[in-house]
Amino acid sequence: MNLRFDPRLYQIAVLSGLLAYGWAALGFDISPARAALLLGTCLATQFAWILGRRLPAFDARSALISGLSLCLLCRTSDPLLAAAAATIAISSKFLVRIRGKHVFNPTNIGLAVMLLLSDAVWVSPGQWGNPAWFAFLMAGFGFLVVTRAARADVTLAFLCVYAALVAGRSYWLGEPSAIPIHRFQSGALLLFAFFMISDPKTTPDSRAGRLVFAALVAAGAWYVQFRLFRTNGLLWSLACSSLLVPLIDRLLPGSRYAWPGRHSLPPEDVSHAPTPVSRPVHAGPASVLAG
Amino acid sequence: MRRLLSPVLCTLALLLCWQGDALRAFCGFYVAKADTSLFNRASQVVLARDGDRTVLTMASDFKGTPKEFAVVIPVPTFITREQIHVAEKSLIDHIDAYTSPRLVEYFDSDPCRRYDMLRPMAMAGVMKDVSAPAMQERAKALGVTIEAQYTVGEYDILILSAKQSGGLETWLTENGYRIPAGAGPVIGSYLRQNMRFFVARVNLSEQTRLGFTYLRPLQVAYESPKFMLPIRLGTVNANGPQELFIYALTRTGRVETTNYRTVKLPSGSELPPYVKDDFPRFYRAMFEQQVRRESMSAVFLEYAWDMAWCDPCAADPMSASELKTLGVFWTGDDARAGQNVFVTRLHVRYDAQHFPEDLVFQQTGDRENFQGRYVLRHAWTGGDSCPAATDYKRTLSERREKEAQTLSNLTGWRIEEIRKQASLPVPPTTEDVAWWRRIWK
Repeated sequence: MNLRFDPRLYQIAVLSGLLAYGWAALGFDISPARAALLLGTCLATQFAWILGRRLPAFDARSALISGLSLCLLCRTSDPLLAAAAATIAISSKFLVRIRGKHVFNPTNIGLAVMLLLSDAVWVSPGQWGNPAWFAFLMAGFGFLVVTRAARADVTLAFLCVYAALVAGRSYWLGEPSAIPIHRFQSGALLLFAFFMISDPKTTPDSRAGRLVFAALVAAGAWYVQFRLFRTNGLLWSLACSSLLVPLIDRLLPGSRYAWPGRHSLPPEDVSHAPTPVSRPVHAGPASVLAG
Repeated sequence: MRRLLSPVLCTLALLLCWQGDALRAFCGFYVAKADTSLFNRASQVVLARDGDRTVLTMASDFKGTPKEFAVVIPVPTFITREQIHVAEKSLIDHIDAYTSPRLVEYFDSDPCRRYDMLRPMAMAGVMKDVSAPAMQERAKALGVTIEAQYTVGEYDILILSAKQSGGLETWLTENGYRIPAGAGPVIGSYLRQNMRFFVARVNLSEQTRLGFTYLRPLQVAYESPKFMLPIRLGTVNANGPQELFIYALTRTGRVETTNYRTVKLPSGSELPPYVKDDFPRFYRAMFEQQVRRESMSAVFLEYAWDMAWCDPCAADPMSASELKTLGVFWTGDDARAGQNVFVTRLHVRYDAQHFPEDLVFQQTGDRENFQGRYVLRHAWTGGDSCPAATDYKRTLSERREKEAQTLSNLTGWRIEEIRKQASLPVPPTTEDVAWWRRIWK
């Protein structure tokens, strides 16, 4: 698919806008110095891997996307832990690969690992409040337009399945509709749906596979949140479901996503390439929280 | 016929009947000269939690006769007799006082000789005692399973479950509880989640025997992954918004809500000194203004601090034994237990429209200290025998105007009124000054 311009620029603009909004209107608990640390660590890690593997080109865009995503999500008082999250996020793209395709959404795995390892790292799903919800929706749909709906199927399938599960539970419990509506009006949910789960580099290659994947993530997130009563169900579910993507790709094969203007490569080409990270490793257009 | 008169733990209680006039605010924020109430219809809850273990302490602001007191709380698990305790009210008063937003005052030094003096003014909460008539005991099930029945302290407690909300609703109605319209579906949704109902009322003979003339806080310990407060029952048919104060005691750090935004209240502002005489009115107006700004959809952080110390202190930190009684089970009897306890004070004004779902919390790793703190700076009133005093007087008038504007911004009060109260001159606007004067001034 040829796009007129790299959608990552749109992603960077949206994420920067959200960060600015968070600072100006929502009092985000992240200092400019912390944001600089996260962005700098992401860029430095990306550069180090490119250099270490003697890859031909350094592209700052995907690392910037990861860094901005961590600015929006990762909260910790300890700068070392923040830097560790950024390092894990970027390094995962180079280290955890199956058949030339990186397994985890970088931001997702960076956060998941740090949440597992330390009590001093957290994510604040309530930080957006409800007033920003409509703006999120618009930014999300804008993103689908910019990417020409490259991975709209996974976003829409996820939202449909998750909405059905949340609404279904509320209906079964006899709760008023205001409760599921309030749960849908979550900036964190839309950020996840439009900008994280839709990462074309870590979602299955085929449409059928992506639909299965979206349903898995939605069901897992619902289970964590409403059966286990734990927070961050979306993040845990995506991290676990990503492990199944190689299997889904094997059962339901499709063509590998490639950058705008480039031809899709079959998995073999990527896995056998001497410098596999030079092309598809960079986060795809829909990977705002991937980086 | 018995009535339930207050939200009694508006977070948790089934509000069956409301008698607003009988209620008085109890939480802190009093200056020495102002002992009027701040927030009406407020409840206080202490949540001590580590892992999946929770100790919930519920302080009632009930001011009526104990005969008419009852509380119905959904709880996530079955509760045995040993999991229930009655605490002393002074514990709640202490944690309220310790975490209260505070007014501090500084005195400007002699501009010719610099030194500073800090005098903290603690705002301690005061709770009035309630009288204690008798209350009948009754326990009769109708289509409801009474899983257990205990008498703990001055309370008779029932643990109820039911297959359907209709059964429990009928049972409650037939036993004298005035069920508000719309409570049935809410009860039903909790029952479908396998939650039990904890029903407590005062046993008058026990209360007389024990000699208490007020209602002591009830405590329940349970183990459940659910870190939440069910507020929906309290909003059914409620007459206007309600206030809730939550004190969370945790090991790792600050507590926040995950399904509503948690917002830090403005803090550290310098205010005109006249506020000292009416701090409660200021704080109430400031809180109302912040609630409006957040469209009444946020939970407010008023205090977050390591329990080992404070600065300035509105009250002494709680002792190890007090913390243990409040449910801090992870510190043992260590005298320095406070160092391992982090307290978060949240304040929420809520109603069914803006808070449709129960509050869900998470513990964060944030141990950064925060307090609601407001500053008065008194001017130097001594002689001005040095050149520095001239500069001081000029900056003082600018400072006073800035303080007035801060107060107006925080409270929504009209700036003209504030200037009048603070005896400040109206500053000239740029339009009032000839343009050529602004060139060569």
